[in-house]
Amino acid sequence: MKRILINITTALGLVFYATSAFSDGTATLRQGTPITSEAEAPPITKEENTDVKRVRNYPEQPPTIPHQIRDYQITLNANKCLSCHARTRTGESQAPMVSVTHYMDRDNQVLATVSPRRYFCNQCHVTQVSARPLVENEFIDVEDLIKGEQ
Amino acid sequence: MAPFKKIFCLVAGLWSRANRPAKHLSIGFLTIGGFVAGVMFWGGFNTALELTNTEEFCVSCHEMGDNVFAELKTTIHYSNRSGVRASCPDCHVPHNWTDKIARKTQASKEVWGKLFGTIDTREKFQAERRRLAGHEWDRLKANNSLECRNCHSVESMDITVQSARAATAHQTFLFTGEKTCIDCHKGIAHHLPDMTGVEGWE
Ligand code: HEC
Ligand code: HEC
Ligand code: HEC
Ligand code: HEC
Ligand code: HEC
Ligand code: HEC
Repeated sequence: MKRILINITTALGLVFYATSAFSDGTATLRQGTPITSEAEAPPITKEENTDVKRVRNYPEQPPTIPHQIRDYQITLNANKCLSCHARTRTGESQAPMVSVTHYMDRDNQVLATVSPRRYFCNQCHVTQVSARPLVENEFIDVEDLIKGEQ
Repeated sequence: MAPFKKIFCLVAGLWSRANRPAKHLSIGFLTIGGFVAGVMFWGGFNTALELTNTEEFCVSCHEMGDNVFAELKTTIHYSNRSGVRASCPDCHVPHNWTDKIARKTQASKEVWGKLFGTIDTREKFQAERRRLAGHEWDRLKANNSLECRNCHSVESMDITVQSARAATAHQTFLFTGEKTCIDCHKGIAHHLPDMTGVEGWE
């Protein structure tokens, strides 16, 4: 009997602790919606299609895609991105050519065509949407970091 | 009994008169009769065409339903903010009457394909895909992308509200007549076949 009572009090304590943790404003992606109810879905955001290149945060960053890519097929059969970004296609499309790193294999040997490891563009390049960030971004650009130290 | 007898006599009379050589019939009767028959024939013909000119008819064959139709469903031509849907015949059967009949006669070849089960799996379809897509590209190239233009006309295209990429491409190559829709917009409705060797693709 005593054992059961102890168990019940511990369980109640845990429940109390858990609920207070959620109500005291701990930052969660649920933004205060209690765990027991369903959060309202945020509105669907729009893919940005401004055609204006964005600044890269560091030199090796794969640039984000400044245009929409709806229904662009990248399959075994076809690569829509390369129909504009491949070396031979840039004259007509006026798109920036994929950089030379995309033609290199892992021994830095430059190949005639885009290297297989760079075939699936979306592995590294993504579009951006007009969403407000859920958490604050504390990234500091290396330029600012250097300036701050001087 | 009397009314039936009357009608019988009337019909028999008409028949015997119609059976007489044409020189006894007025030119007017011939013209009007011919016209009426023509209207009836065309009506039936049109109805038959209307029936075969629907999405349901096209996808009634699993070749179409399981492959191209399933793929179409995720694209902008199936669901978009404007609420206008392009269905199979919008892109594949010319609205022009003579072209339409020509296409329908070609379609009987497809029925043979169905009967003899030439393309009954996804794998077989993928294997035939380059050839079938080629037929469509050739057709759209030859008619200057007529089906696309039935909905999208260059005259009503406002490039100032298009994205910069679209506006530049359309201004440089479309408005000058150098290229047509299908040159640049392949694969907008279905998965693409193996594109090696197709102009403009790597
Ligand atoms: C119709 C031609 C076309 C296609 C297809 C296309 N792009 Fe682009 N892309 C461009 C053009 C033109 C630019 C230059 C900026 C602009 O106009 O949007 C660009 C810019 C970019 C950039 C930015 C480069 C930088 O230096 O900031 C990236 C990354 C990119 N595209 C990736 C892709 C990927 C990945 C795909 C396939 C999913 C793709 N593109 C498909 C034409 C195209
Ligand atoms: C493994 C990751 C990776 C993949 C896959 C990849 N990229 Fe990149 N891409 C990068 C990185 C990193 C950069 C920036 C540094 C550089 O140029 O190498 C870049 C740069 C670019 C640029 C800008 C080039 C310039 O000089 O302005 C374009 C355009 C681009 N990529 C397009 C593509 C396309 C199209 C594909 C698919 C065929 C692709 N990338 C696949 C990582 C990748
Ligand atoms: C009786 C079954 C059947 C029906 C109904 C049918 N198809 Fe097909 N379709 C086929 C087969 C089988 C092929 C492959 C023919 C071949 O191998 O040449 C085909 C090929 C095609 C092609 C490839 C292009 C070509 O000329 O080779 C298109 C486009 C097409 N069908 C569109 C349609 C449309 C649009 C409809 C409705 C108006 C339709 N089909 C109705 C069975 C059918
Ligand atoms: C917005 C226009 C459009 C619509 C709608 C459309 N198609 Fe197509 N279809 C095309 C184009 C363009 C091609 C040529 C190949 C390509 O570029 O993908 C094609 C190719 C095909 C092919 C040849 C095989 C292939 O995949 O390339 C078949 C079969 C076909 N369509 C059947 C259909 C059927 C059935 C429907 C209705 C469920 C349909 N299409 C709806 C534009 C359309
Ligand atoms: C039945 C009418 C119809 C036909 C036929 C048609 N389209 Fe469309 N198309 C539309 C509609 C509607 C939209 C979506 C408009 C919107 O809401 O933005 C659209 C959108 C597009 C887009 C924009 C895609 C995007 O992601 O923004 C392209 C490109 C396009 N069509 C090309 C074609 C081509 C090429 C053909 C011929 C093979 C064709 N269309 C045939 C009605 C049609
Ligand atoms: C020289 C190549 C080229 C030709 C020819 C061409 N287009 Fe385009 N079109 C593009 C490019 C590039 C884009 C922008 C990229 C995208 O939306 O995928 C585009 C975008 C579009 C859009 C979307 C516009 C937007 O702002 O989002 C529509 C609709 C369209 N094209 C329809 C057509 C029609 C219809 C034809 C034929 C009358 C045609 N295009 C001919 C290259 C072309």
